[in-house]
Amino acid sequence: MLLNNYQTEDFYDEMFEAPGVPRPHYAGVAQALGDISSEDFVNKQTAVEAAFMRSGVTFTVYSDNQGTERIFPFDCVPRVISAEEWDVIERGLIQRIEALNLFLHDIYHEQKILKDKVVPAAVVMSAKHFRREFMNFEVPKDIYVHICGSDLIRDRDGNYLVLEDNLRCPSGASYMLENRAALKRVFPQLFSSIGVSPVSTYSTALLDSLQYCAPPKFASDDHPNVVLLTPGVYNSAYFEHAFLARQMGVPIVEGRDLVVRDYKVYMRTTAGLVRVDVIYRRIDDDFIDPSVFRADSLLGVPGLVNAYRAGNVSLANSIGTGVADDKVIYYYVPKIIKYYLDQDPILPNVDTFMAGVPEDRSYILENLDKLVVKSANEAGGYGMLMGPWASKADIEMFRKNIEADPRNFIAQKPVSLSRHPTWTGDAFEGRHVDLRPYILYGKKVTVTPGGLTRVALTKGSLVVNSSQGGGSKDTWVLRQPVSR
Amino acid sequence: MSTTLQQDEVAKHKQENVMLSRVAGSLYWMSRYLERAENMARLLDVNLQLLLDFGQVADEDMKEHWVPILKSAGDDEQFFELYDTANSANVTEFMTFRSENTSSIFSCVANARENARQVRDQISSEMWEVLNEAYLFIKGSDAQKVWASGNGASEFYDQIKRYSHLFQGITVSTFSRAEGFEFLQFGKYLERVDKTTRLLDIKYHLLLPKVTDVGGAVDTAQWQAVLKSTSAMEAYRRFYVADILPWKVAEFLIFEDSFPRSIIFGVQQLDEFLHLIGESPKGEYRTVGERRLGKLLNRLSFTTVDEVFQQGLHQFLKECQEEISAIGEWVYETYMYYAPVDMEAEIRFHQQQEQQQQ
Repeated sequence: MLLNNYQTEDFYDEMFEAPGVPRPHYAGVAQALGDISSEDFVNKQTAVEAAFMRSGVTFTVYSDNQGTERIFPFDCVPRVISAEEWDVIERGLIQRIEALNLFLHDIYHEQKILKDKVVPAAVVMSAKHFRREFMNFEVPKDIYVHICGSDLIRDRDGNYLVLEDNLRCPSGASYMLENRAALKRVFPQLFSSIGVSPVSTYSTALLDSLQYCAPPKFASDDHPNVVLLTPGVYNSAYFEHAFLARQMGVPIVEGRDLVVRDYKVYMRTTAGLVRVDVIYRRIDDDFIDPSVFRADSLLGVPGLVNAYRAGNVSLANSIGTGVADDKVIYYYVPKIIKYYLDQDPILPNVDTFMAGVPEDRSYILENLDKLVVKSANEAGGYGMLMGPWASKADIEMFRKNIEADPRNFIAQKPVSLSRHPTWTGDAFEGRHVDLRPYILYGKKVTVTPGGLTRVALTKGSLVVNSSQGGGSKDTWVLRQPVSR
Repeated sequence: MSTTLQQDEVAKHKQENVMLSRVAGSLYWMSRYLERAENMARLLDVNLQLLLDFGQVADEDMKEHWVPILKSAGDDEQFFELYDTANSANVTEFMTFRSENTSSIFSCVANARENARQVRDQISSEMWEVLNEAYLFIKGSDAQKVWASGNGASEFYDQIKRYSHLFQGITVSTFSRAEGFEFLQFGKYLERVDKTTRLLDIKYHLLLPKVTDVGGAVDTAQWQAVLKSTSAMEAYRRFYVADILPWKVAEFLIFEDSFPRSIIFGVQQLDEFLHLIGESPKGEYRTVGERRLGKLLNRLSFTTVDEVFQQGLHQFLKECQEEISAIGEWVYETYMYYAPVDMEAEIRFHQQQEQQQQ
């Protein structure tokens, strides 16, 4: 009933291959939605929102001085991924993180890829997050990126493309877990009949990866002390930090709870100082140690970097991984995969132009009104120009910025982004979505079957970031292939 | 075979069991603030009802009723900066909803929740949810709404008390009996003992309308109010099956060790939990805090209510209060407090250490 008037328009629709004809892997969900009234649906939606508010799955809006707390908008219709599609995604992501990890090891050691001129040395050397202080530094088990969240989108033909990699402190995994818990309450009967892969393995796998990267002195049967380092309770992701720490059963610490003596890290406990071995840090490199990086950081721990360098404590992710999720390095990732693994990328990039390359630059400057321009080091949808929708003034501002510092910009042809039926308050309409799966690198690489589907709630908008009005959906990966 | 495997898994995930000092502090304050909110709710509720018994009360008498209560919370100065008259509406608004008043119920619940938020990973989800609900409940109410509602303020204060009781019940049934529980209980009883001494002391400040009223209807009503403020009315009745007599009320609230809001009960609990926190065997007094608490418990055990009245009830209560507060400070500084990091000195220290290496 609810979906009778749903229009797919001129987009790739996740649920419908044609108006009124659901894709085979959506049959169960489409039928369930067909069976309930809009009143029932609204009740379910309201119940979930109330549950999020009660359990405090919220972020704080400080701009209004009231410290108002809001929930992240959530849409009750799940996004479903078929087993066959997931197989491709999983293999593609594992391939990508393995190649990027080899790349990080190489550029912090022999720099073969630069000597072979596959990636221009200047691009790496000038990257904001390249940490030359860590040249020839050995990270435990040669793993740089323990936790990765890559953003995938689908083009008009439904092909999955990698939009960006997040190799520093990717967030959102807690929402993947909370969204699932919410939908289990709302559509309990669907889970058993449809066969959805569980996501609850994430926290155990995360703890395994963290323990695996303990300093070398730990034999495999020792118990390293793992902690999660948060910027504090006022950080917008604090809910997630507390959630993950609780799921793993490890202490959540702030900078002020830690102290470094004799190149060793300790936490201050009721029983005195206790040694810390592995830090899952949710603080960026710049803020982690004011005696080495930004001296004005009040969040970090003075001496932490020296303890890390001495091999007495492990950090996840390692320092200096940001160079590999630079938007300019992104352009080279397919070549990086080919170079280290001798494979073609399973998940392609979005077509990208580099302002640093002269012929690309003139193309970009001539087509600013048709392209999406991104600055190299910004995240969260900031520092971005959406050409076709931008004002003249913004276009001219970007033109100046690109001419002044071409290294700092890339441009992409806008991808139309797939759409998904989303509740607008009185009906279902198509809204653009992306997908952020979570990849963990421990003894082996695991991709949790699911992820965070972010949805641009504003009609026509392509910006899915939660900081800019995006919401989220639960993401179901089917266990079994569905026959037509 | 499979059993061994599972044990290995458990061993692998077992971390050293430690508690951050900051976390212990948050649990302690969370618990204290909620207990404080509950006591405040009961105090206000009882006194509003007490006034109903007196019928029409002139503004001047109203002031004499409320000022001692404001004084007992140490809030009288701030109150008169914000309000002109100490009538029921003003006092209840001030002590319930005003965020400027750090001991208002709103502030207490907000602080309890804020402390809980800092240690969300340590407490059970159920504990957090109750505190969060209590906060959303009081944030969504205001004085006008409460006074206008059918059951008046009583229903509102009942709800606050229910949240506190719910929280305590959930704590008992969902929270591991480990260090965190000990700090939480220690905070609760410290706050409770402090509040019981203060409630009993209010009667000292309360002026009777006329001297001849001692032992009269007003006096009895006021002593009843003291009992009700500590939730002790029914227990007292069962215990004495008699009239409300001032010295009996004092004896009950100070010395009755079967009643969970009496001073001696609270001090016994504090003694027990401090021993658990310090990992000292029962009956041994190894630290400053344990010794002081032991002395206080001794004094309470070997004093009679007659001796209390000879010394003066007010003086006796004041001494208990001061001792409890000093013990609380010692425990806080010993187990929960670390001097804040001197960031600049710390940065210099590590930079110099590096230079010596190169």
